[in-house]
Amino acid sequence: MSVEIVSAGPMLTVQDAGRIGLRHMGVSDAGPVDAAAMALANALCGNASGMAALEFAGPAGSFTTSRPVRFAVAGGDCDIRIDDRIVQAGESHRLKPGELLRIGLAREVVWAYLAFSGGIATAPVLGSRATHLRSGLGGVDGRCLRGGDILPLGADQPDVPCLRPASPLQGASLPRGQGPIRVVLGPQQDYFDAGTLARLTGEEFLVTPQRDRMAMVLGDACLPAARGHDIVSDGTVPGSIQVPGSGQPLVLLVESQTTGGYPKIATVISADLPRLAQLPVGSRIRFAAVSRDEGERIGIARARALRDALAALVAKPEGILRSDYLLSCDLVGGIVFPEEVVWAEAVMRKGRKA
Amino acid sequence: MPAARTGPRRTSPEQEEMMQPKILPCGDTALSLQFGETIDAKANARVIATAARLEGMAVPGLVDIVPTYRSLLLRYDPEIVSGARLETILAGLAPDDCASEAPSRLWVVPCLYGGEVGQDLDELARMKGMPPDEIVALHSAAEYRIYMIGFAPGFAYLGGLPEILHTPRLPRPRQNIPAGAIGIGGQQGNINSVAGPSGWRFIGWTPLRSFDPSRTEPFLFRAGDRIRFRPIDAAEAQVLAGRVAAGEAILQPEAMA
Repeated sequence: MSVEIVSAGPMLTVQDAGRIGLRHMGVSDAGPVDAAAMALANALCGNASGMAALEFAGPAGSFTTSRPVRFAVAGGDCDIRIDDRIVQAGESHRLKPGELLRIGLAREVVWAYLAFSGGIATAPVLGSRATHLRSGLGGVDGRCLRGGDILPLGADQPDVPCLRPASPLQGASLPRGQGPIRVVLGPQQDYFDAGTLARLTGEEFLVTPQRDRMAMVLGDACLPAARGHDIVSDGTVPGSIQVPGSGQPLVLLVESQTTGGYPKIATVISADLPRLAQLPVGSRIRFAAVSRDEGERIGIARARALRDALAALVAKPEGILRSDYLLSCDLVGGIVFPEEVVWAEAVMRKGRKA
Repeated sequence: MPAARTGPRRTSPEQEEMMQPKILPCGDTALSLQFGETIDAKANARVIATAARLEGMAVPGLVDIVPTYRSLLLRYDPEIVSGARLETILAGLAPDDCASEAPSRLWVVPCLYGGEVGQDLDELARMKGMPPDEIVALHSAAEYRIYMIGFAPGFAYLGGLPEILHTPRLPRPRQNIPAGAIGIGGQQGNINSVAGPSGWRFIGWTPLRSFDPSRTEPFLFRAGDRIRFRPIDAAEAQVLAGRVAAGEAILQPEAMA
């Protein structure tokens, strides 16, 4: 009952809901950069939202399993093959022992998720399986996965169908919202003068290559702090926008340190942080300020929408490709994979026999 | 907690903030209660007393209470408790709740001064114009207080470093400082909990592991604890390190009223 990492991309880690509630002991959350995308991958496999799955940036790698499983990729569309058969992200599929699952990089996003039915069952550390690379906690020895790693899987229920959304999703993800990235000003906006605060919401910022699970540095705009760039360290959260002496804002993500000594001009609201973190390098963004209460309303509405969407997943008609579903799919450029049709026919025959 | 201000008594802005902390939003899932803007033992005592009070109240939806030098970060789940509701709860705390010092614990931490890990002891002695023994005597005579746990799991920031030992950090951080290293950074002391890069100056090492995720109690210290250092020699350090490696708890804190 395990999955073997045959080969691993550069940034493949075990994540679960993270270590929430331990920041007072200096322990960062870890967990997925895009929690909604991981929740979708899990739900497609019939897993609870908080179960451990794999997060990847860049190509994921290749995998085999020691027992039949269902798996799903979510967060972004990507090239997924079971042996030579191409399958789609955003819905679950069956993988049998002996088959090789290969997953390329997710398109138009940075972070994507691969879940297996039963969930990854590596040993929890401080109550969580999430990998925190910086302090070497969780997952497999607190590090990125590599070829040869074997991950135990949790118990799976047999005879559970593969799932998909009732209507196909754009980019194998639930909508992440549009428009400017919304922030709540503070806690240290009083370190910045009115002109600088106006630039925070008036200018465009560039997504730079300086990014990882800990933070992303934004470029092309400078936010000098009138009262200086040093504060007596206080608590941070994912979404805190720190401004060090360079004036280049630094948005903290799930793996950030728990305290920091730079003034924080604003905090990205939780509903918009994954959208920001998923933007490819070179993207340009704007910020818009909302009140804390408005930020809370947006967050609550997003959490409800996610729960509703996950509860509305439907069983895939395995073995029978319904024409109404095919017609609703966006078959980019009209490409049809002959292997897929052959496979579908084979499955259909098998299904009729059963 | 906001103290009703009565009478004509004048207070400085700092004192006012201490009595009536500022509430600063940190996005839609956290707020910060700021008791001051500088490193100050009184402000920190209020931070920790308020944290203890809130922990005791077990407010539903309050998911983390993070004391730092001079403010308290409250992380919450807005689906269960709103920031506005939390503000009301905070306003309902009596000023005394946050003024009284919570009972704290004293740890007498064995410390091997100098040596491989305490590599900066001699340099520090030269900078201060005193023999290394005197640095050790000064450092081990003081009583410290853990102002906060932050930066890394279990990493303890200490207040109470004698002023003569205040020393700027190194211009270039060193790459690999081991867990247990005891150092000085500016006006603060520390006890390293995990190995990693650091620009602090290190004068000693303790065989204690202040963070070990495999233990039932992974964290030794918490904010508000008091610390004293007991000089030990290399032989004792080796024995203690062996006992720690075998999973033994070599130190119990003393409870203080």
